Amino acid sequence: MAQVSLEGIRKVYPNGYNAVETTSFNIRDGEFVVLVGPSGCGKSTLLRMIAGLEDITEGVLKIGDRVVNDVDPADRDIAMVFQNYALYPHMTVRKNIGYGLKNRGIPASEIDAKVQDAAKMLNLTEYLDRKPAQLSGGQRQRVAMGRAVVRDPALFLFDEPLSNLDAKLRNQMRIEIKALQRRLGTTAVYVTHDQVEAMTMADRIIVLNAGRIEQIGTPSEIYHNPASTFVASFMGAPPMNLIDAQVDQGQVRINGYNRVMPAPAAHSGPVTMGIRPEDVTLNADGDIRFHVDILEELGAHRLLHGAIADQPFTVMVNKDHAADIGETGISLKPDALRLFDMETGQKL
Amino acid sequence: MKRAGFDNIWLPVALLLPQLMIIAIFFYWPAGWALQSSFFLQDPFGFGSTYVGAENYTSLLGNDQYKRIAWFTVVFSVLVTFFSLAIALLLAVKADKVLRGARTYRTLLMWVYAIAPPVAGFLGILFFDQSTGPLTKFFQMFGWDFKLGVDYNATATAMVIVAVWKQIPVNFIFFLSGLQSIPRSVREAAMIDNRSATGRFWQVTFPLLAPTAFFLLIINITYALFDTFGIIDALMKGEPGNNPMTLVYKVYIDGFRGNDLGGSSAQSVVLMALVLILTVFQFRLLERRIHYT
Repeated sequence: MAQVSLEGIRKVYPNGYNAVETTSFNIRDGEFVVLVGPSGCGKSTLLRMIAGLEDITEGVLKIGDRVVNDVDPADRDIAMVFQNYALYPHMTVRKNIGYGLKNRGIPASEIDAKVQDAAKMLNLTEYLDRKPAQLSGGQRQRVAMGRAVVRDPALFLFDEPLSNLDAKLRNQMRIEIKALQRRLGTTAVYVTHDQVEAMTMADRIIVLNAGRIEQIGTPSEIYHNPASTFVASFMGAPPMNLIDAQVDQGQVRINGYNRVMPAPAAHSGPVTMGIRPEDVTLNADGDIRFHVDILEELGAHRLLHGAIADQPFTVMVNKDHAADIGETGISLKPDALRLFDMETGQKL
Repeated sequence: MKRAGFDNIWLPVALLLPQLMIIAIFFYWPAGWALQSSFFLQDPFGFGSTYVGAENYTSLLGNDQYKRIAWFTVVFSVLVTFFSLAIALLLAVKADKVLRGARTYRTLLMWVYAIAPPVAGFLGILFFDQSTGPLTKFFQMFGWDFKLGVDYNATATAMVIVAVWKQIPVNFIFFLSGLQSIPRSVREAAMIDNRSATGRFWQVTFPLLAPTAFFLLIINITYALFDTFGIIDALMKGEPGNNPMTLVYKVYIDGFRGNDLGGSSAQSVVLMALVLILTVFQFRLLERRIHYT
């Protein structure tokens, strides 16, 4: 178990591409940190640098108290779970799980006991003598997990481990991985592009965009107080509504409406105003007019997609709330308003 | 699984016929002729033949020269197969790691593939020329008076070197594409599991390359036994004399230069039997240990 620290880490590929801009953060002992962002944001590169599969162009990487920049991947005391599982196709499940132990000079009897334990924990006992080709996707995923936990490493690295599974299995494995990490108390770094995985699994989320950290925070912080319009629109399904507004003398006013609400930040002039779809209520008497074009039925909720003052807008209502296509009034929860700089997109 | 059936017997027969005819005309018919004529003593001038039973075979087994050539063929095939596979594998592993100029490097290595065996043989003659050959001079530096076509060992060495050189590109291409079809993440997982690069190669990379290697092993043994004919012919300049030769070359020498068709046929039959045994052996013993993904 260990804390991980990145100090001024940067990655430039030989072709000059800046994959990761200068980045610093710390991961606490036993923490589950999720790196999330759209494809090409540098999250996998960051993870691969921690694993030692990618050189670090600049900066210092520490696992525990040890600087590991030039340490071989096998000596970093890490275990990694890959997106396509990366099992050794010619080895049985037993050998796949035990391979890392064997190469570390652990006696065969001890390896066998540890493999049995890991297999039991992951419900793989009856598959130990099968080859990966004879297993289902979920079972292969478990073998990959087994290979990681059996070594009892200081740090788990997950590179989009669930993206090859179907939706149902993904939900199940998500819970299993999280529970396993809790139980073992091992520090974990998890890369995903799926914001639901990020929200549900993380102790802390790091949102990346174009090689830069947009925000670091707990899922609740990230969701309720996004640091930028990028985070606001990337995290949450449906994303936060972002519409043009004006701030004047501490009052915010949506363009095209006279209605003012107290501004949550001291500022003056044009802003981007954000509000989560569930913080909007339908109110026939509301003076902000919302034109509903599409109704999306989600079972527990309904999503109403449309526009206010010609700007796209979404409202989420409870299942027992009647809703229809056409124009209606809405009211916004005042303390749910967030303001962002129009130019930079940063939170005000 | 449901089997699709044919209503009448003639359609499948008609569909199979072209393939069967090719096999029959180009393989079974000549093989049958060889088998038949191996029991006869042919008149050198084509006036007739006498049935001699197994005499062609028994005289082969009692022939010291034949045994020596058979032994040379074994040594030659083992050396050519081993070195052409080993060197090609080494080059492929290195080429796989090259990041810059990889394509140029690979193309350069593949060029030799386009050279016909007799041309390779003549290039070999230039390399091993008595007075100007660079390799001759190289061997002379070590005090070996290298005489191609005169000294048995010198000619044998030249044959092995040229045959290996000619075969490396084919093996290289197959090994390289085999290496590149191994998922990158599997090798990366191995990097985390095993510190030693050599260990990773033999425990993870090589087993995944085994289907390619097995295929190449068969191809290379066949090559060393049969397809080196052109190289051998060019290197000994048509003068067998004291030079080493392979069994296939002896079939040609005895049959077409010595006009002993019966003896030559008997040798062909022995070769066919050897290849058959070898193939069965390879598939039975080796293929079991190979993992096909």
